[in-house]
Amino acid sequence: MATEAIVFNDVSKKFNKAGYYAVDHVSFTVNEGEFITILGSSGCGKTTLLKMVNRLYEPDSGRIILFGEDISTVDPVIVRRRIGYVIQNIGLFPHMTIADNIASVPRLLKWDKDKTEARIDELLLMVGLEPAEFRRRFPSQLSGGQQQRVGLARALATSPKIMLMDEPFGAVDAITRTSLQDELLRLHGDLKKTFLFVTHDINEAFKLGGRTIIMNEGRICQFDTPQQIIRHPADDFVRSLVQSAVTQEKFWEGIEIGE
Amino acid sequence: MIQFLSVYGEKLIIALLEHIELLAITLVISLVFAAALTVLAVYSHRTGSFLVHLFSAIYSIPSLALFAILIPVTGLGMPTAILVLVVYNQYLLLRNFIAGINEVDPAIVDAATGMGMTRMQVLKNVQLPLSRRAIFTGIQLAVISTIGIGTIAALINAGGLGDVLFDGLRTMNTYKIVWGSALSAGLAIGVNAALNKVQRRLAS
Repeated sequence: MATEAIVFNDVSKKFNKAGYYAVDHVSFTVNEGEFITILGSSGCGKTTLLKMVNRLYEPDSGRIILFGEDISTVDPVIVRRRIGYVIQNIGLFPHMTIADNIASVPRLLKWDKDKTEARIDELLLMVGLEPAEFRRRFPSQLSGGQQQRVGLARALATSPKIMLMDEPFGAVDAITRTSLQDELLRLHGDLKKTFLFVTHDINEAFKLGGRTIIMNEGRICQFDTPQQIIRHPADDFVRSLVQSAVTQEKFWEGIEIGE
Repeated sequence: MIQFLSVYGEKLIIALLEHIELLAITLVISLVFAAALTVLAVYSHRTGSFLVHLFSAIYSIPSLALFAILIPVTGLGMPTAILVLVVYNQYLLLRNFIAGINEVDPAIVDAATGMGMTRMQVLKNVQLPLSRRAIFTGIQLAVISTIGIGTIAALINAGGLGDVLFDGLRTMNTYKIVWGSALSAGLAIGVNAALNKVQRRLAS
């Protein structure tokens, strides 16, 4: 049986003053090595759900278990250092070089210098950036796509078993996004880590996810493989979501791409 | 003017040195307090805004009135002057420190916290370096304000360039008035210019 990497057990979260649940009694299990995408429109609770995994938000009720350990019993700082985290706005530190950015967590963990330096080179190559060219640059000297690669490298620095990604490719152009998606799939295939990837783009969700969680109004509507979701939508919301993607596709039908 | 300088030159230098001493002591104490209060404000936003409101209220009291209120409590002399100047500086320093820290892009703070930095590590490694310009602006304002208000402190026997100035006013000695104001203005302008240079280096 596969190891259970992430287990949500009846987890709820309500923000102060809000009269509704941002995440409403959610339960699901993710096995180690899965690539899970979480799909939903803005305000559906997908980011809240993600941020509870690394304790940036605390659930009001329910339990979250990572590799058999209830995270509410572990120091949040320790939980976070075991998890890679990539966000849409990338969050690179503008006052640090690319190398220093990537070395952030290794330095928090007090790795020795040689090991850190070697790891920086290894990671830059892994995300397709030439170390000699990029190590000493600052984030502002990189394109959006390059910055996102550095963000990915930084999150992978200590080889965390779980990677959380919150719309990481939301701010890059379509061509760059496609190549980043392909690279992420390659990385996932090589690294055998558990990925939790939040997106509002159904094509991205179905392309990347081995299984996809579809969320609406704080609840999980369906959690299944993309094929199953398309064939057997669980409710009207999922059906309309899939329908909207199909309608979009129709635009391209019958159009030949010119030379 | 020059003849006055040959007779009173030594006194002027002593007054200038006293003024610089007042500035240095005030600044060191102010920074220690402001740093501690800023850390407090980072942990509790409510405490932070309470402190800024409190010090802004005190800052609005004219310095002469504040000196007068404190004379029965702490007496005449430099300690009272330093106390008043430190309290005034807290407003200038805290407001700029807290504003600078809060202006750091939340996404960057989110990323730093999410990767497992403690609150203090986020402050030290990310928020402080990224708000160094606002922090420096606060220090610069505090320095200039201390030089200015420090002149008035002569009225409670704290010494400094104010002594020369008020002496001149009392005895209608034009030389003293001119030298006193020229030196205190010169000190403020000179220090400000030096700090501007440092700030330009920070910005690059």
